[in-house]
Amino acid sequence: MGKIGIIIAREFNTRIRKRSFIITTMLMPLLFVGLMIAPTLLMRMETDNSRTILVIDHSNVIGDKLISNNKLIYKTTDKSEEDLKTQQSGLFGYIVIGADVIKNPNDIKLHTYESSTLDTEYAINRELNRIIEQERLMNHNIKGLGSIINNIKSNAKVTSFKIEEDGEKSASSSALSMGIAYVFGIFIYMFTFMYGMMVMQGVIEEKSSKVVEVLISSVKPFQLMMGKIIGIASVAITQFCIWMILIVIFSNIALQMITIDPATIQNSMQMGASLPAGVDTEAMTALTTLTDWSFLLSIFGSFIIYFIGGYLLYAAMFAAVGSAVSSVEESQQLQLPITIPMMLSIFIMISVIKEPNSTLAVIASIIPFTSPVVMMARIPYGVPTWELVTSIVLLYSSFIGMVWVASKIYRVGIFMHGKRPSFKELFKWIKYN
Amino acid sequence: MEILSVKNVSKQYSNHLALDDVSLSVPEGSIYGLLGPNGAGKTTLIRIINHITAPDSGEVMFMGKRLCADDVYKIGYLPEERGLYKKMKVGEQAIYFARLKGLSKSEAISRLKYWFTKFQIEEWWDKKVEDLSKGMAQKVQFIITVLHKPKLLIFDEPFSGFDPINANMLKEEILNMKKEGATIIFSTHNMSSVEEICDHISLINRSKNILSGEVNEIKQRYASSTYDLAFSGDEEQLSRALFGVNIAFSENKESDTKSAIIKLPSTDGVRDIISKINETVDIYSFNKVIPSMNDIFINAVEGKLNL
Repeated sequence: MGKIGIIIAREFNTRIRKRSFIITTMLMPLLFVGLMIAPTLLMRMETDNSRTILVIDHSNVIGDKLISNNKLIYKTTDKSEEDLKTQQSGLFGYIVIGADVIKNPNDIKLHTYESSTLDTEYAINRELNRIIEQERLMNHNIKGLGSIINNIKSNAKVTSFKIEEDGEKSASSSALSMGIAYVFGIFIYMFTFMYGMMVMQGVIEEKSSKVVEVLISSVKPFQLMMGKIIGIASVAITQFCIWMILIVIFSNIALQMITIDPATIQNSMQMGASLPAGVDTEAMTALTTLTDWSFLLSIFGSFIIYFIGGYLLYAAMFAAVGSAVSSVEESQQLQLPITIPMMLSIFIMISVIKEPNSTLAVIASIIPFTSPVVMMARIPYGVPTWELVTSIVLLYSSFIGMVWVASKIYRVGIFMHGKRPSFKELFKWIKYN
Repeated sequence: MEILSVKNVSKQYSNHLALDDVSLSVPEGSIYGLLGPNGAGKTTLIRIINHITAPDSGEVMFMGKRLCADDVYKIGYLPEERGLYKKMKVGEQAIYFARLKGLSKSEAISRLKYWFTKFQIEEWWDKKVEDLSKGMAQKVQFIITVLHKPKLLIFDEPFSGFDPINANMLKEEILNMKKEGATIIFSTHNMSSVEEICDHISLINRSKNILSGEVNEIKQRYASSTYDLAFSGDEEQLSRALFGVNIAFSENKESDTKSAIIKLPSTDGVRDIISKINETVDIYSFNKVIPSMNDIFINAVEGKLNL
């Protein structure tokens, strides 16, 4: 194993074994899946405490037509209001419906034993309105009203198709593309920044603890810098792979937990049928997508290509900055040329998600500094091959150029102590032999 | 036979000249002191020898050939600012550095075991460096420096941070290595250690090598015409007999002898002076004062020495 190999192994091993690494690697997917299924789980839990409401119906029209669901259970009663004035166990409250309620819908009163919630009141209002509206319609004496009402019921759902270059059509969900584009753009941004910073901190640590003096008597500065960059990249890729696998596993477990078979969701989505009550459709869609291996693999491939390219480009810059300063606090100003294009790519990405083929989107996905995030956001929508190739070639060649420049700065920087250098001085360092 | 020779090396940094036409040669198997005040250019010279930076002009020959990158395997360097990864375990870290110096993992482990046993620090193997005291870390760093059995060892202030017992132990080890054939370059401000163990020195001041040579030879060279006299007799008489000679008496409380320092303008009239003293008082001893390296260092740096 060459010296770079030994350095890579150290960078990898020391970081992988850190407790913080193990914890974030395990917890992130849990958190991610947890946040997606939380709404559904919460809904489930509410279902368990159903509320029973007694109905004193003076109109004799409403009571029988009230439909109970798993949250609210309506029971008509003969008891008088006086009987119910005292606390009753197992009851949420009672409704008094006026005799002339169809004409005067405001003559309804809800008395509760415990504090009422807006949700409950809305649900009661909706139910009563439905019955009153139905009664009023009936009063018009229209022939065959029941079948008319059934007939006019509609549940529209748009199925979208994307026309590819070769003319073939495939179903695509723009909501889904947007979500994936967003998530992966952010992923690239997060990973590049997080691990780029790690490179910078590593360089600063070696410089300030003077380890670099010992190291440089055994290895070349270039080997040390590349070893660090590649070593940390392998940590990032390891973490990403573990996250992907865990997210798939946790998503499957989560779907099992809420006892829905992924296949039924896929089917019901395709059929346009409604999902079982109490399930958050959007979250379920996302969860189901995350259990689809083939889809993940195609995204995964482009993610790896763009992450590696983008990370290497930025990590080289981070290494150069780290070598020039003696503490993380000092690095703020020199970091600007790194943070500005990164922030810019996030802003552009947000607009790209709405307009994936705008001029801005195309340009930004070809320029190396913004292309990793922006192109990643465009890929789920489909990108012409030549744009993809141009952007990847440009990204990787500018990475090589950047490594060359950074190694020049690094070589001088790691032995410089004292005052933080200006940009002008950094340029001077590049020109040193 | 020289193991290392530096020929007319200059190094310019953006705003100052770190080395100005420096030449020196280190004999094989010697302990070579590289002296000089802070900022004189010693570290730059050491970095050039370590192939960390390249000189602007001049060349460095190592074992008869121009110094090249692979020579770092034959050189061990203990920098003044000790550097170890604080969060890494001692043993693991030592293996890492040893492998970067070209040792295999198993070779590194067996050699480390030897040194750790020798220094009685086996129980540090799994400790993190941040849990060690400064002196302990220095020991580890020392082992890392010598582990690959380099031909040439460069120690930058090796004794700083050591208590006298450990400093002594270190000195023993350094002399041992010399016995085994290693050459040692020593960069230090500690002049007593120079006198104790160095055979040769070079004194770097303001980017220039102002004084080079064997320690004893240099001392003789700069021995002044100052003499140390111990006698018994009358001081008054003596000073009258030596009228016009710079003489300073000092009281010696413990014995009956008296002592005086006599400074002569040159060594020419010594015999004459001795006979004059001999006629006046009883001489116990009359010694030429040999300057300490400390004096030579200070005088040379301050420009009081005729170089």
